[in-house]
Amino acid sequence: MILTELEVDAAAFEARTGWAVMPEGACKAEHCVPLPPEARTADGKVAVEVVAPRLGMPLVHDEGAGIWALGPDTTVTGKALTTAVAPELELPDFDGNPFKLSSLRGQKVLLVAWASW
Amino acid sequence: MWQAVRTQLHPKGLEIVTVALDVDIEAARPLVEAAKPEHPSLIDTAHVVDEMFGIVNVPNGVWIDEDGMIVRPAEPAFPGKNPVMDQLRNVDPSTVPPEVAEILAEVKKIKTDPDAYFAMVLDWVEQGADSRHALSPDEVIRRAMPREDDEALAAAHFELGEHLHQAGDHAAAIPHWRESHARFPSNWTYKRQAWELEDPMRQGRSEAYDGSWFDDVKKIGAENYYPPLVP
Repeated sequence: MILTELEVDAAAFEARTGWAVMPEGACKAEHCVPLPPEARTADGKVAVEVVAPRLGMPLVHDEGAGIWALGPDTTVTGKALTTAVAPELELPDFDGNPFKLSSLRGQKVLLVAWASW
Repeated sequence: MWQAVRTQLHPKGLEIVTVALDVDIEAARPLVEAAKPEHPSLIDTAHVVDEMFGIVNVPNGVWIDEDGMIVRPAEPAFPGKNPVMDQLRNVDPSTVPPEVAEILAEVKKIKTDPDAYFAMVLDWVEQGADSRHALSPDEVIRRAMPREDDEALAAAHFELGEHLHQAGDHAAAIPHWRESHARFPSNWTYKRQAWELEDPMRQGRSEAYDGSWFDDVKKIGAENYYPPLVP
């Protein structure tokens, strides 16, 4: 997740990482991790520098561009999947229209990654 | 390839979603236009599905049931004969330069099992949760790729590189992509994407990166390029 500042809108944080940051902790599907009160700023944003280490998310800074990238969590399962609940994937199609994976709920889905290279 | 599977299995209740892992949408577009998919066909320039689903190579498939549960994590997904692979395997090595012939010799050693994979998908489509190929949540997580500090850092570096590349600063992307390769050498989407931009098609040696498709495949053995399909 690319960040231009270290306080992030909670909905945007959840949309990308799957972690809902609430006053009492961060939750993703069946997992909840306690967080200290300073995990949320006064205006309800996620304090990334507080939350990231508790979820084992690396934060990488590019000084030249003045931006950060937040990597995925590592501490809950130690696997690429924290839960078997499918993440909410939202990506554009080739005309730029957003598509949500959850719009196919009720059908079996085979998600296929491919590339031109 | 996937449209043919879709035509066959959509009437039985399967939808396919294809995601192109390409930093340049225009590189993937002609292939999509030729395939004329009736299913959702998406573009993922930052390779976020790697991070979200544990994808490390293409083609990879993830099965998701009607309730939104992953019932098989990322694994090689060849649902039928792959025309590109077949074409490469049938090239007469005496007709191409030696450096291309050595690449093609490795391609020939790559193992895929399209008949088995299609049979598994069909069984799941017909049997649903009763299919032995539909796994429990615990087994899905157990089979998912490991993700510790290095793999997570690789994801962050790859995405930073992609962001800088899209912003027009390709040179600034390279150190981040090098870092993603060093930390997660078994992720081929991070490596092949970066190599492709330096040397399209051959993904050969370059000033920018330590590895190349040929060198890295030789290192692990082409027969291990895709892990074996586990029913």
